[in-house]
Amino acid sequence: MLDLSKYQSIGEALKDALDQFANEVCLIEADREREKERLTYREFKERANPLAKALQAAGFSAGDRAAIIMTNQSKWLISAYAIFFTGGVLVPLDYKLTPDEHWQLLKHSGAGFLITEYPIWRQLSGASGRAETTNVRMVLVTEAPPNADLGGAKRWEEFSEAGDPLFIARKRQDTASIVYSSGTGGRPKGCMMTHENYLEQCVALTSIYPFWPGVRYLSILPTNHAIDFMVGFFGPFTCGATVVHLRTLRPEYVRETFPKYKITYVSLVPLVLKNLQKGLQARFDALPPGKRKVFNALVAVNKALTKSRPRLAISRRLLKQVHEAFGGELRAIIVGGAFTEPLTLQFFYDLGIPVANGYGLTEAGTAITVNDLKPFRADTVGKPLPGMEVRIVNPASDGVGEVTVRSKTVMTGYLDDPELTAETIVDGWLMTGDLGRIDETGHLQLSGRKKNMIVTEEGKNIYPEDIEKVFESLPVKEFCVFAANFIWPKRSMVGEQLVLVVHLESGQQYGDELKREINARNNRLLNYKRIHGVVLLDEDFPRTASLKIKRNMLAERLAKFDSATAILPL
Amino acid sequence: MRTLEQTTQEVLDLAAKHFQLPAGSLAAGDDFFKKLGIDSLQTLEMLSRLENHFGIELPDYEVQGVSDFKTLAERIQSRL
Repeated sequence: MLDLSKYQSIGEALKDALDQFANEVCLIEADREREKERLTYREFKERANPLAKALQAAGFSAGDRAAIIMTNQSKWLISAYAIFFTGGVLVPLDYKLTPDEHWQLLKHSGAGFLITEYPIWRQLSGASGRAETTNVRMVLVTEAPPNADLGGAKRWEEFSEAGDPLFIARKRQDTASIVYSSGTGGRPKGCMMTHENYLEQCVALTSIYPFWPGVRYLSILPTNHAIDFMVGFFGPFTCGATVVHLRTLRPEYVRETFPKYKITYVSLVPLVLKNLQKGLQARFDALPPGKRKVFNALVAVNKALTKSRPRLAISRRLLKQVHEAFGGELRAIIVGGAFTEPLTLQFFYDLGIPVANGYGLTEAGTAITVNDLKPFRADTVGKPLPGMEVRIVNPASDGVGEVTVRSKTVMTGYLDDPELTAETIVDGWLMTGDLGRIDETGHLQLSGRKKNMIVTEEGKNIYPEDIEKVFESLPVKEFCVFAANFIWPKRSMVGEQLVLVVHLESGQQYGDELKREINARNNRLLNYKRIHGVVLLDEDFPRTASLKIKRNMLAERLAKFDSATAILPL
Repeated sequence: MRTLEQTTQEVLDLAAKHFQLPAGSLAAGDDFFKKLGIDSLQTLEMLSRLENHFGIELPDYEVQGVSDFKTLAERIQSRL
């Protein structure tokens, strides 16, 4: 691994990595059963340099912002490298957002360049937000069919210049990227991450889960996500490891990839991990009674032998078939993006497959705590990573309070939002809005949320304010969206839901027509953003002088109701 | 060559079969996430079955943001 303490920027470190590991394979890209691309670090550099040179020729310079909206593939990483090499600021956006949401964030980010895939651009180019987003002056599109109408964009594959691009140095404190942790509705939260944030996070994470040449990381989480950016790009690249991309996430092809490419690490969101668990459990349940008995005995032996720490070699021998299904070289499944249920974690650990669960926020530069497996503790999210100070603020008698973090990995603030930044980073401590306690062994246990938001099992942060737009002009007196757990706190991080609080007009009934209207609007939202119920409140919402809803006060009023009867199903 | 109506009907029949629902219980305008109570992974599994039936490849991006059978059938039709 490179000694990252010597580097000032992501671009500088990656530049050296491409030379140091020139002959190692850095990228494999597969589409279903077909391998489309296999690049060494040298070949990666040969692809990226002409792009970097062309960006410079097009006027892209230090501090300029360039957005990427792409699925996980080689061109994502090549483009990101070219942006960092030329001193730019990367704006990685979630490709699953709608065109309107994309334009909104592109506008907010101030990105001058956009790099995207043709199918995404096909939808983006015709969307209404384009006309307003005048800051985007150049669009590069990958994989466009030969005669496609590019709507003013240029072909990524043809956007190249001969000759060596000029490397642009950046300082550790300079902004490296603007990562949106949420905010596609009312208030975009663009986390400004510095080069130091990434360099320090990489050192901390790889001290516990190391990469080296020969390691193969399967990149499934979207690379715009803080976790995959770190463990599916920057981390493996600075260690000479290989990143494997899949162009489809169909479960059958994902399953085949493990043995085909002998995957070492993979990151998953809890939803996918639970799906894997379900599939495995069904196979175990289908074993004939005799075999089942033997299998259970082997699991029990493995459990006893790995009580204090993982013993991969032993587990692989004991539970050979299970490990072979995962390729036989899997060292750990990294799970993140949302809270994972302890039973799921324990299920995999008992099979000898460690699950590296942890806790993190985009604002804190990916991970704050990680389970170090010494010993494995399914009931916690692990201990703070090296360099992370975790403090519980205002703890109750059981030790539960708000989790706060101080470290070199914490963002400098939210883009163009000093007010929100001041609320979020107080005296150098990041207020996470999550509730938890640190136990006597130093493990963090999460137990709920203080903030008005939910995190889905797919790792999506949903803020109620962001989805209220779809209910605008609903024929009621007033409405507001809440995370149910914000009104009725529960000591749990799973099964979180959004509710629509409605104040009807005088004499208005909550009838079928209104229900249909609410349902119709709800259906316009992506499935994971939808509300799950309606709460009727027969009084005016408390408001500020500027008529903004006082959400905290409103939540306090609603908390007096019994949630079991107050939430009406849709 | 199938018409869009035929394709839509076949999509509905296959989805009903895949999720073990009575034939005719699904409609073109149904939101499959809501109607079937499925998540994004289960949707991908359903797509694989549809691909096999129609003999096409439907890239993941083609179904990005699609949540009703009618639009899904249109995407399939465009690749037949």
